Amino acid sequence: MTSVEAIITIDEQPVPFKPGQSILEAALHAGVYIPHLCHHPEFAPHGSCKLCSVVVNGRSASACAMKAAAGQEIEVDTPELHAFRRTLVQMLFVEGNHFCPGCEKSGNCQLQALGYEFEMMTPHFVHFFPNLDVDASHPDALIDFNRCIQCELCVRASRDVDGKAIFALAGRGLNSHLVVNSPSGKLGDTNFSVADKAAHVCPVGAILVKRVGFAEPIGTRRYDLEPISAEAAQCAIEEA
Amino acid sequence: MTPAAPIVAAAVERRRGDPTYLLQILREVQEALDWIAPETAAAIASQLRIPHTQVQSALQFYSFLYDKPRGAYRLLFSDNITDQMLGSAALCEHLLNRLKLKRGEVSPDGLASVDLTSCTGMCDQGPAMLVNNRAVTRLTARRIDEISDLVRARVPLSEWPTDYFRVDDNIRRADALLGGSFEPGKALRAAIARGRQGMLDEMKRSNLRGRGGAGFATGVKWEGCRNAPGAEHFVVCNADEGEPGTFKDRVLLQTYAARVFEGMAIAGFVVGAVRGFVYLRGEYRFLLAPLEAKLEQMRRARLLGPGICGAPGFDFDIEIHLGAGAYVCGEESALIESLEGKPGRPRIRPPFPVTVGYLGKPTVVDNVETLCEATEVALRGGQAFASQGTKRSTGTKILSVSGDCERPGVYEYPFGVRISQVLKDCGARDVAAVQVSGPSGVCLTPDEFDRHIAFEDVPTAGAFMIFGGHRDLFEVARNFTHFFAHESCGFCTPCRVGTALVRDVMDKIAAGRGTRYEINELMRLYELLRRTSHCGLGQTAVNAVHDTWQKFRPAYERRLQWRDFSPTVDLEAALATARRVAGREDADAHLGAEA
Repeated sequence: MTSVEAIITIDEQPVPFKPGQSILEAALHAGVYIPHLCHHPEFAPHGSCKLCSVVVNGRSASACAMKAAAGQEIEVDTPELHAFRRTLVQMLFVEGNHFCPGCEKSGNCQLQALGYEFEMMTPHFVHFFPNLDVDASHPDALIDFNRCIQCELCVRASRDVDGKAIFALAGRGLNSHLVVNSPSGKLGDTNFSVADKAAHVCPVGAILVKRVGFAEPIGTRRYDLEPISAEAAQCAIEEA
Repeated sequence: MTPAAPIVAAAVERRRGDPTYLLQILREVQEALDWIAPETAAAIASQLRIPHTQVQSALQFYSFLYDKPRGAYRLLFSDNITDQMLGSAALCEHLLNRLKLKRGEVSPDGLASVDLTSCTGMCDQGPAMLVNNRAVTRLTARRIDEISDLVRARVPLSEWPTDYFRVDDNIRRADALLGGSFEPGKALRAAIARGRQGMLDEMKRSNLRGRGGAGFATGVKWEGCRNAPGAEHFVVCNADEGEPGTFKDRVLLQTYAARVFEGMAIAGFVVGAVRGFVYLRGEYRFLLAPLEAKLEQMRRARLLGPGICGAPGFDFDIEIHLGAGAYVCGEESALIESLEGKPGRPRIRPPFPVTVGYLGKPTVVDNVETLCEATEVALRGGQAFASQGTKRSTGTKILSVSGDCERPGVYEYPFGVRISQVLKDCGARDVAAVQVSGPSGVCLTPDEFDRHIAFEDVPTAGAFMIFGGHRDLFEVARNFTHFFAHESCGFCTPCRVGTALVRDVMDKIAAGRGTRYEINELMRLYELLRRTSHCGLGQTAVNAVHDTWQKFRPAYERRLQWRDFSPTVDLEAALATARRVAGREDADAHLGAEA
């Protein structure tokens, strides 16, 4: 039973919340979609991708990092925020090297799905075309650094769930990049396993399990069938 | 065993194997070895029993830590706009020529490298540089000649003329703080006499607000920290004075350190902390030894340590952590991350450090000047303190004045002073603009010079950079965009990518290839970064571009092409390699005059 006060308003629609929930969690549980990329229901809020930027009582905030509080009036689906989010996705596209047609994550990739969600027709900005590597040293998994969007989900999964701390971000600014915990810096020299949580949280095609890439054909994959915004309805069903 | 092993072992031993000292250990090891080789990093990881990734994260984050050899002499020119205005670019070129080097490259014999670094806080005595993290001021062509001779002769830094390293206070106007008499221990005894609650009451009565720029009420902050549950509380002095154009904290730490430390002890007394940290920016490495000596002197005088001034239960001591070249560490939660030995990435706030700070425990983070002012409150009482300044901005403010004026230096005024008064006092004439509070602050034009320095009008952390009528404000803004792109921590998308995009757009305009399209892009990115960035760095990173476009439009317009769009890729230039390979220079090998 939700107490009468525990209500926030998202785009003029009342949404209940439980104490301690973030705005994003409350919204997803109620079947209201707020775009996001670095958020994962099993991990603590991170707040780096900024796709969940919303306006709370007239002020900008990240829905994943701000706790829901009674009486908040939240704007999510406005033309301005929509444009911000499209720009943020374009930024993620141009800072890495993302070639969807050749990527085995196509159709299951959240970055690609968000590109569709925000009607992104072009990358808009000049590509930075960074010179990045692929690490295929591990027998069962590979890392394509070209596609890393620095959401740190693998960092969190490996540290907090697997207890291995295999990944971290290093460097600064546009030179930030994922590093791997071995003297050689290679995944093959770590105790990483495809049974790890970290092998299955990458929202893009940066960490891939080998030999299963096209087990599911392109065209019938998750976001080929339904838009990423349908995820909220899924969340709500699972809750109920 | 590598030669690095005993050095690493000693550094780890000095810090009792505590990984929260990782940054300090890296810094100390590098001081001995000039850089952190992969095997050195691996040795540090294994001796601290932490993942390699943790060492790499810190090592690759800080500008002054090197994971590649940078030469025995690492010469970094301060690249603030005020250094540039004093001719730093030509001096850098001169040194490069003398050493036969390209910027950023290491000489083949491993002797030296020459590069740029963010503002070193010597704007009133520039152009300045850092040589192996040691500040050198008042550079001239002659001094550059001498330096290149010393480098080539491999003369150790300790044998260089001491005058190179002279850092002047340049106090031009002193008021209550800089001009007052100070008797060691008096402020502490006054605070003890007032009692913990009484001292807090005086702080609140004083309405002292944080001098780092944000202006949060210090007494309220202390009370919040005191009331926060936690086995231990901490006091942190933010001496990461990184805002280009600011240098007043350097003066306070050089000449008024006892007051800073007493202010910290008073904060500890009020909030119930027994440990305090000074987070000193790496550029002020030269202050480390004198500050350590001052701490030792105060311990001997029982002004620090157990039972301060004989007061039972008043135990407080201070240690100094040195930064390593990261502007973002001035943000309080990034500073705390750095204190814990990690990269300085700002945390999600709330929770604020007063409840969840250093090691997750309640922590007060105050600016150097704020802590100095706390001694004033202890001595004079809150009421007397509040009698100066304006109603909402009590007390005095120290300004770091630099740029086009006769008397650059440090000026202390009661809050409420007009911009025009400061300009008159420092001997600035024909002023086109003043950048208050650094690149993240505000650009004021002559019609705004009757405005007041105060939290309610023009708030400032202290920087006051003056630009004469002959200066090009577009170049000023462009310098700032390079600064932010270099200093973005990379955590959030808008700032990580956006600051680089803004920099590149400004460079395109500077190259004469900009159109109205680029201006629209800049304004769009300004809104995005302001509204969605994780911390103040990204939120303010395009302010200067926005301000100067509003106020100095001709500086931009005269660079713009009068058409709708100009591609970023210069096709004609892109074909140069093909022409060279094909050995052609005829007309058909060129695109012709650009349409």
